[in-house]
Amino acid sequence: MDAMSDHEHDKQLHILQGPLVPKPALDEGHDHEDDEIVDDTLREHRLELSAVREKLKGKSGKQYWRTLEELSEDPHFEELLHREFPRHASEWDDAVDRRDFLKLMGASLALAGMAGCGRPDESHIVPYVKQPDGIVLGKPNYYATVMPFGADAIGVLVESHEGRPTKIEGNPDHPSSLGATSAIVQASILNLYDPDRAQTVLQGGEIRAWSTFLDSAQEAATGVNAAGGAGFRILSGTLTSPTLASQLRKLLALYPQAKWHQWEPAVSDGAREGAKLAFGRAVNTVYVPGKADVILSLDADFLASGPGHISYAKQWSRRRKLEGASEAMNRLYVVEPTPTVTGSAADHKLPMRACDIELFARALAAKLGRGNAVSLPNDAEKWLSTVVADLQKAHSNSLVIAGEQQSSTVHALAHAINAALGNVGTTVYYTEPVEVEPVNQLESLRDLCADMDAGKVDLLVILGGNPVYDAPHDFDFVTKLKKVHTSVHLSPYFDETSAYCQWHVSESHYLESWSDARAYDGTASIVQPLISPLYYTKSAHDVVAAFGDKPGQPPYDAVRAYWTEASTHLETSIDAGWRKWLNDGVIPGTKLPPINPELKFNPANLPAFKGMPADQVEYIFRPDPTVYDGRFANNGWLQELPKPVTKLTWDNAALVSPKFAQKNDLAHKVISRGGEHGQIRSTVVDIELNGSKVTAATWTLPGQAENTVVLPLGYGRTRSGFAGTNKGFNAYAVRTSNALWSAAGGKMTATGEGYSLACTQYHFNMEGRQILSTATLDEYKKNPGFPHEGHETPAKDDSLYKEFAYPGYAWGMAIDLNKCNGCNACVVACQSENNIPVVGKDQVMRGREMHWIRIDRYYTHSPSSVEGHTGDPMEYSPALDNPQTFFQPVPCMQCENAPCEQVCPVGATTHSAEGLNDMVYNRCVGTRYCSNNCPYKVRRFNFLRFQDWETPQLKLLRNPEVTVRSRGVMEKCTYCVQRINNARIDAEKQSRPIRDGEIVTACESACPSEAIAFGNINDPNSKVAKLKAQQRNYTLLGELNARPRTTYLGAVRNPNAELEKA
Amino acid sequence: MNCHSVLFNNVGYLEPVRESYRTDESIRWNKVHRLADYVYFNHSIHINKGIGCSTCHGSVNQMPLMLQASPLNMEWCLECHRNPQANLRQKDQIFNMDWKAPANQEQAGRQLAAEYKLRTTAELTSCSTCHR
Repeated sequence: MDAMSDHEHDKQLHILQGPLVPKPALDEGHDHEDDEIVDDTLREHRLELSAVREKLKGKSGKQYWRTLEELSEDPHFEELLHREFPRHASEWDDAVDRRDFLKLMGASLALAGMAGCGRPDESHIVPYVKQPDGIVLGKPNYYATVMPFGADAIGVLVESHEGRPTKIEGNPDHPSSLGATSAIVQASILNLYDPDRAQTVLQGGEIRAWSTFLDSAQEAATGVNAAGGAGFRILSGTLTSPTLASQLRKLLALYPQAKWHQWEPAVSDGAREGAKLAFGRAVNTVYVPGKADVILSLDADFLASGPGHISYAKQWSRRRKLEGASEAMNRLYVVEPTPTVTGSAADHKLPMRACDIELFARALAAKLGRGNAVSLPNDAEKWLSTVVADLQKAHSNSLVIAGEQQSSTVHALAHAINAALGNVGTTVYYTEPVEVEPVNQLESLRDLCADMDAGKVDLLVILGGNPVYDAPHDFDFVTKLKKVHTSVHLSPYFDETSAYCQWHVSESHYLESWSDARAYDGTASIVQPLISPLYYTKSAHDVVAAFGDKPGQPPYDAVRAYWTEASTHLETSIDAGWRKWLNDGVIPGTKLPPINPELKFNPANLPAFKGMPADQVEYIFRPDPTVYDGRFANNGWLQELPKPVTKLTWDNAALVSPKFAQKNDLAHKVISRGGEHGQIRSTVVDIELNGSKVTAATWTLPGQAENTVVLPLGYGRTRSGFAGTNKGFNAYAVRTSNALWSAAGGKMTATGEGYSLACTQYHFNMEGRQILSTATLDEYKKNPGFPHEGHETPAKDDSLYKEFAYPGYAWGMAIDLNKCNGCNACVVACQSENNIPVVGKDQVMRGREMHWIRIDRYYTHSPSSVEGHTGDPMEYSPALDNPQTFFQPVPCMQCENAPCEQVCPVGATTHSAEGLNDMVYNRCVGTRYCSNNCPYKVRRFNFLRFQDWETPQLKLLRNPEVTVRSRGVMEKCTYCVQRINNARIDAEKQSRPIRDGEIVTACESACPSEAIAFGNINDPNSKVAKLKAQQRNYTLLGELNARPRTTYLGAVRNPNAELEKA
Repeated sequence: MNCHSVLFNNVGYLEPVRESYRTDESIRWNKVHRLADYVYFNHSIHINKGIGCSTCHGSVNQMPLMLQASPLNMEWCLECHRNPQANLRQKDQIFNMDWKAPANQEQAGRQLAAEYKLRTTAELTSCSTCHR
């Protein structure tokens, strides 16, 4: 009889787990003697914002909070926090009672066999017959490539195990990476192995061979050729690939009447048109924040999104250095309608509607002598004057950045302002455009739609993108697409647009393609594949070639052909340089040189400002911080990634300010049956905007501009695979071309329904203890040891347990809160490195997300902010309406006196001789006492078998160095012990000590701001030891004497004293 | 095929090797020394630190067919990790299948442990050395 495998249990248990409903009061069919009295009523308590404001009035002194409920100190809420794993919270209390459950389990157990005893299962060694060069089995190789993304390309080094890519790291030699990555870059590897990917060429839903497509393409091309290409249209996104551009231009030369259109939903034409307005031509703007003493961001999230943001984050954070800094600390001012990562990192933030930012920019330009003066409301006026003074003081070392979603006028003003401040040449410079063909993309799409509507388009080739989903809905792309005679869609998934095209060509992932791309500063790199295409996929190069005079030309040949010619303008020829270009991941000499365009823009010539009335509600659209414009909707890692500021997962919500929520009675209720939780019931509203309607959940976001509603893009998809379909609401449904980024005249009505959102910020609360430690620069200078104030860490020998000496290596980590901006790159990097599962929305609502490192977001306000006491419940409260935000990454503390180790009944968690708190999965029986005892709540339990054992593609994705955990075992951050062990073995074999910096944990490696440092604390010269020696180094909950090896450096902000005064 | 294109290249016993080379199909070897999946064993460090082949694998040169000479359970591994001196040998003796521990192994072993800079027992028996 076959032993029932471990996994059979799970299928059965999974079926038992029913929907989230309370247990019925009377349970017919079995006797009740054994039943305990269980109070599992669904507790809901609504948060009243007016009560919160009342509470805040009396407050003085600094305090920190993470959620509005915490801030309110609501006793109902606090009751909900009492136990982490309360009785019955993790029961299947829905469909099955205990008896049936045991019967089922009993039967399964009898058949399961005893897998733990005896010899391990039979296995085989299957060697290569002819081993590929350079592979040492068990040792990964690293290859350089780039990830093209919009008008940028991020250089990466990809770890490859036995010929398959498993982990993405940054490329230190590439300007867009500088060794770091972002959450999206880290998660892109999951897209390669996504089981929902399209795998073949389809024509009308039927599988076709590529050769059939080639023949068809040539036939269609001959057809349009007759008219000089009159009916031929190509639609692409923003492209930087020089090879693809060359192929497209050659194609257009073959068919002079054909047209190439471009459309990207998430980036506005503001930057392009702004450049034309300012300089009369298209330019690329490159910032150098590292040289700036003062930075003003006009709704620009430059630390977390946009071309070059990883480099900008690194440069910016290096200017936040305190000890041993050669330059003064920089200062960041941000004006934004909705809190972003950049705004959260700012020293001063002013919430302002997006439509008013132009007014602000005009006022700023006027103060610098460019343009006519404008008046701003009182508090903004004071803010502006202070900022102007600061910018002028810094003069050519200041920087003003306009946001990607702002209008062309704001961009042109920013150019004028930077010129007035003398910044051009130091903190900002201009180059030839990086994107191959800058056009006004909205107009480009409009032209295409007009042509399609008029029946002028016979052949439409869509290279990537998803216009049916994300085109402005007044364009009615679907109806017009149906008028096209032959349409071809190249995309990685069979998505909304593919459903309406005759041909669907499945697109190769960048990790399986040959191509090239340019970084934000122009540096070109070759995209080299790490693995042969997993399926029958093709790239844009293949599709474009199919219609030209070289059908079937492999992309590799196309790239080589382009660079053979292009390298004649470079120092090295292609033959001499090719291998080095591939090895390094950059082509030297391709960085674009600065140009000196003449500023032709005079703000004085601007027409009078036409804004929205002050009390008008502005609806703005923003790309989502995790799924971007919707292209990553099926990426489970990004769906489950808590968004940096809202900490929502698996959904988007219409974001509103606290005042707006109060006025319109939009509340959220925390729902729980006890203990830690993540289910927030929010008010559902119908939003009527621009002639159509969408139904959305709402979310209150402290720090948002009062009359702003944010509609995040990228959700509500209907054809996006298992993870992405039917999540959230589709903001594109109310997005029209005349109000692409900002819309007025919307109407919001509550539907009377609620919707449960999964938010992780309600988990693992620290209940008022001082976890975060912050200070201003002045406070820091007076008292560098500010985090230690009021906290006594017990002496080393003040413990029942014997001291342990660490004579060899002693691993430790220091996290600099001054640098962390909450971007989440570390969270996804850890997930990728350690095979951390995705648990889904329902489990996140139960508090069971499995991220080993979490980023806690804290709000605070300093008492000196303006605060009146008029008794008006709607009065501005800086705590609620414009708090400061801090982020704190929390991995396992690896305590020397670990509370978890002391309580494990089976010795599954022990202390290693190098100071690591080891987690031994094979011993763990799942009592969860360790997690119960952990004061930092960094342990994660596999309540269910969250890992997918069946899907073959995901087996390729996993890191073979780390165990894939089954259900019933506890897991936690291990300081990337697999990396430590590998480095130690290498060092031992070479008879040398491990060098400082040789071991880089996944989180440390990914962080663009260099906030995390890991190393040997026994070595006084190591980076981590030096950081820990700083006075602002402190441990969390030090008074518990757990002696964590992970310590923090208190955050220091650099506020302007002028703005701090009342 | 390297060696077997010259040595014993006609012997029927090696037909599977030639077949594999001809058809480019890998030979599916039955793994004799199997460890559980939750054990992460690195072979190279053992060889580099003076553990000879025959210490763990037995006298392979006398085995017509490979057999497992040691129990390979955790207790057996810990025996050596707690007392490596008993099993260390000179680097040039690693591949010597007939090596026997000399009478002064304890003392010689201790010397070798110092020479090879072996880690302490506490370090060698930390759980994360093998389980992660």
